[in-house]
Amino acid sequence: MKDVLGDKKSILILLGPALLVFTLIKIVPVLWSFGLTFFDGNPLGGFEFVGIGNFQRFFSDPQALSALGFTLKYAIVISIGQIALGYGLALLYVFVLKNASNFVRTVVFFPTILPTVAVALLFKSLFAVGDQQGPVNAGFQIIGLESVDWFATGDGTFTVAIIMELWRSMGFFAVLLYAGLLDIPDETLESARLDGAHGWRLVRHIVIPLSLPVLLSSVVFSANNTLKVFDTVLALNNGGPGGETTPLTLYMYRTVFSYSDYGYGSTIAFILTILCFLVTLFIFRSARRDNTTA
Amino acid sequence: MTTQTAIPVTPIRSAAPSGPTVRAKRPGGVGRFFKRAPVRVFLVVLVLVELYPLFWLLMGSFKTQSEFTSNPTWSLPEQLNFENYVAAWTTGSIATNLWNSVAVTVPSLFFMLLLGVAAAYALEIMVWKGRNTILLAFVAGIMIPGQMILVPLFTVYFRSGLTSTLWPLIITYTVMGLPLTVFLMAAYFRAIPREIFEAATLDGSGMIRSFFSIGIPMMRNAIVTLALVQFFSIWNDLLIALTFTTKSSLATVQVGLLNFSDEYGSTQYGPLFAAISINVVGMLVLYLFLNKQIMAGLAAGAVKG
Repeated sequence: MKDVLGDKKSILILLGPALLVFTLIKIVPVLWSFGLTFFDGNPLGGFEFVGIGNFQRFFSDPQALSALGFTLKYAIVISIGQIALGYGLALLYVFVLKNASNFVRTVVFFPTILPTVAVALLFKSLFAVGDQQGPVNAGFQIIGLESVDWFATGDGTFTVAIIMELWRSMGFFAVLLYAGLLDIPDETLESARLDGAHGWRLVRHIVIPLSLPVLLSSVVFSANNTLKVFDTVLALNNGGPGGETTPLTLYMYRTVFSYSDYGYGSTIAFILTILCFLVTLFIFRSARRDNTTA
Repeated sequence: MTTQTAIPVTPIRSAAPSGPTVRAKRPGGVGRFFKRAPVRVFLVVLVLVELYPLFWLLMGSFKTQSEFTSNPTWSLPEQLNFENYVAAWTTGSIATNLWNSVAVTVPSLFFMLLLGVAAAYALEIMVWKGRNTILLAFVAGIMIPGQMILVPLFTVYFRSGLTSTLWPLIITYTVMGLPLTVFLMAAYFRAIPREIFEAATLDGSGMIRSFFSIGIPMMRNAIVTLALVQFFSIWNDLLIALTFTTKSSLATVQVGLLNFSDEYGSTQYGPLFAAISINVVGMLVLYLFLNKQIMAGLAAGAVKG
């Protein structure tokens, strides 16, 4: 029996192909890319060893720092929004709508599966000014406000990006957190109610602590995804105006494919990777501290 | 808390945590309606916020150029003409883009699931030294951003001339989906009693035969769920598709849509709206058939990923 369950030939046949392509296409490129961070140049013009020069360059490059700042700002604002809206909706589904929430859940979830490029182009039109006025500015005019040229400023583009991303993803986080809330035993909630916990007190002292694990994975998931934002901002306003809404991903992409700066591009990618690790680690650690003090 | 004296309370979830009025009187028709009114208003607003942009988009796809510029933006189209769709389909080369997306997504999904499920089976059901380390290596891959492997892969694909085919996309999607596939499938295999495979072994079945005749059939639902999750991440990807194809005839739907908006978007609103609508309606049809499974699948992928 042991022989069959540990049969070397079977293991090789079943695991071998996956392990081979994973090593060749993922592990080797990651190491290769890390190696490139110490070089300057590209395959055509040749590479030059610069040590940690690329990292020094990153932290004195205003465009890179602006991209880093935008990435962090975007990730923090959207993550907070996604979790807050998603959790609010999940509480609504479980405690107010109960079994009747099916239709609302289905409708609110639907934008999640839409391609981001399509959604970005749609929102570009919704907020448009000029001869093809979007409903948002038309609405502004009806209530007596001036039309806003949203995509002419970084703040305007950022605002549209936030509204769009929350519109697209709140239904997803609602379903995710809804599943977590359903796991809370009815008996626990009922006895808390008998003890006089209602409304906000019930949520604050019973529901939130009991749904902490799923809240935590949602935050990690949300932060990791928003740090990697790419297609949204590219399709919405191409990182503009003037690079004000360019995240690290897009800056890296341009560095490599517009300016053929492979070494520096790899450095930006590496810094993004480290950022994802640090943020995940930070969220886990701060959550653990909360658990022990509360 | 005055009314709750000696009445035995059955643990039901019907008492909403919304206020003390529930207990004081039996909620009558009118009172109940007004108490629920804010909730109703909120729900109507919520559903409108989610659906109106899509409705507006769909209506726009039937409008003529002059309707865009002269009529109010929320007016309905004067008639349902399909000219915009014809224009998007022919000049926008949407047909080619759709075909490319299908030609990339189907083989990527097939290879990813076959390799990933087999690997998870070898890592979870079979017993050998070092399997935990390899599983960990796969799982660590979930965290790595796509940008980290972009430059080396581009160099290799470009040098080998693969960038004039769809193979770079198929290969890259297959591998990028492996971490989540291996991780989730290993978790699902963990839930299957090991005795089933031991019994098959006693009956003289080898592990590879057990994989195909027991492992895969028992995992059918999990595989379908996972296939849906991965379908959306491949179909909706822009980064990989934009990087690894050099010809516009190889563009997938997302790349085509992006190029389309650059070339025609500023002047021809109708065809652009039609092109976006084709994307949205396609997903809507899929969603209407599979919404429960899609919701459950994406949620599982997120929490465990």
